[in-house]
Amino acid sequence: MSGPAEYYMRDRDIHPPALAPEYKTSVTRSPRYSLISLENTVSEITGPRFGHSDIDAGDNDLLTNYAAAGEGPIGERIILHGRVLDENARAVPNTLVEIWQANAGGRYRHKKDMYLAPIDPNFGGCGRTMTDENGYYSFRTVKPGAYPWRNMVNDWRPAHIHLSVFGSGFVQRLITQCYFEGDPLIPRCPIVQTIPDADAVAQLTATLDMNATIPLDTIAYKFDIVLRGRRSTLFENRLEGN
Amino acid sequence: MAQSLGYLRQTASQTAGPYVHIGLAPGAAGFDIYERELGHDIAGPNAKGERIRVEGLVVDGTGSPVKDVLLEVWQANSDGIYAHPESRGEVEEGFRGWGRVITDFDTGEWGFETIKPGPVPSRNGTTQAPHLNLWIVARGINVGLNTRMYFEDEAQANAADPVLTIIEWENRRGTLIATRSETDGTITYRFDIRLQGENETVFFDV
Repeated sequence: MSGPAEYYMRDRDIHPPALAPEYKTSVTRSPRYSLISLENTVSEITGPRFGHSDIDAGDNDLLTNYAAAGEGPIGERIILHGRVLDENARAVPNTLVEIWQANAGGRYRHKKDMYLAPIDPNFGGCGRTMTDENGYYSFRTVKPGAYPWRNMVNDWRPAHIHLSVFGSGFVQRLITQCYFEGDPLIPRCPIVQTIPDADAVAQLTATLDMNATIPLDTIAYKFDIVLRGRRSTLFENRLEGN
Repeated sequence: MAQSLGYLRQTASQTAGPYVHIGLAPGAAGFDIYERELGHDIAGPNAKGERIRVEGLVVDGTGSPVKDVLLEVWQANSDGIYAHPESRGEVEEGFRGWGRVITDFDTGEWGFETIKPGPVPSRNGTTQAPHLNLWIVARGINVGLNTRMYFEDEAQANAADPVLTIIEWENRRGTLIATRSETDGTITYRFDIRLQGENETVFFDV
């Protein structure tokens, strides 16, 4: 054996299949051939690294990062916070987390979004931050609204926030969506239901966190993210950071 | 019953959706919010090696260009070194080796400027031909797709590449090889990605 310690395989019992016909757009955008499985090489175990010079301190505050001075977005003020971990329950420190979302009315600030709910002049809808040394991240934002989308005639997305996370190797790269506890649209959503495992759906559902809620100010939801873990090199010198 | 191994479970992937640009390329979504958008400068000003442009289309199973794709690239420098502590050696100041690009909303064309990477080490002392690692997300793609782009003018290295040669169907290997052209001193590699259908691009489970 001579190669880098590999990341654990992507768990295909948890991740959605490429082809999920109830989510119609996947039908023509899913490969028909099997993926070719590769052992990790240096191309897979490495990945981009970011620093605080790449972002600004206020980038994680969606209540202010696009608002006019003294104003703010309409909607329920929330904190979204949690940790980025790997399957070995180790923190993933200093990694970039980016989010984007609709406003409280379910409208995206995007030139292709034509939904009739209005743009909020004080809400951009994106944020980014670096996890700290314990893998911890937090954002302030408003709770996004549900919105209709063209799939079945009457499909509505549950309230959700999109998240993008890097990790330390490019194979850990992940984009996912965070839903909110108690939303009756979750079990009805064809995109959520691409996930074959009920526990995996629960893991995408943020939990009301009263301990992190700021009284008379902002309500908190907790959302942890678990990236692929990595094998230790049991019979070789341990690699740095592993 | 037996003991639990105690591992945490991976967070499931979900599609990036049609509005991925808001989060990862807000300028393209139609608004300025960040001082610095990430991923525009892959190689930086000091990188050695051949300056190249890479461009293409992402095509769906009907043959139509996909116009809401976001691609990320991860590559080594011209010495075959990645900007990461587990890659042996130093890269030039300002070389990140990572970028992101979106497709044109009207045409589906994407393109970026970088430098041509060098060969990089593989497992068991072998060498990988120069390549770009690509990751593709879009509406309708439930888990980001990993593929690689190799270079037409590296035929000898490609023939010995341990990843290309693991592809059992030799006629599919060509889907990973970009064609080279030169116009007015600009070297351009063309790399069209076919998600499905005739000449479906090889995608990897990495």
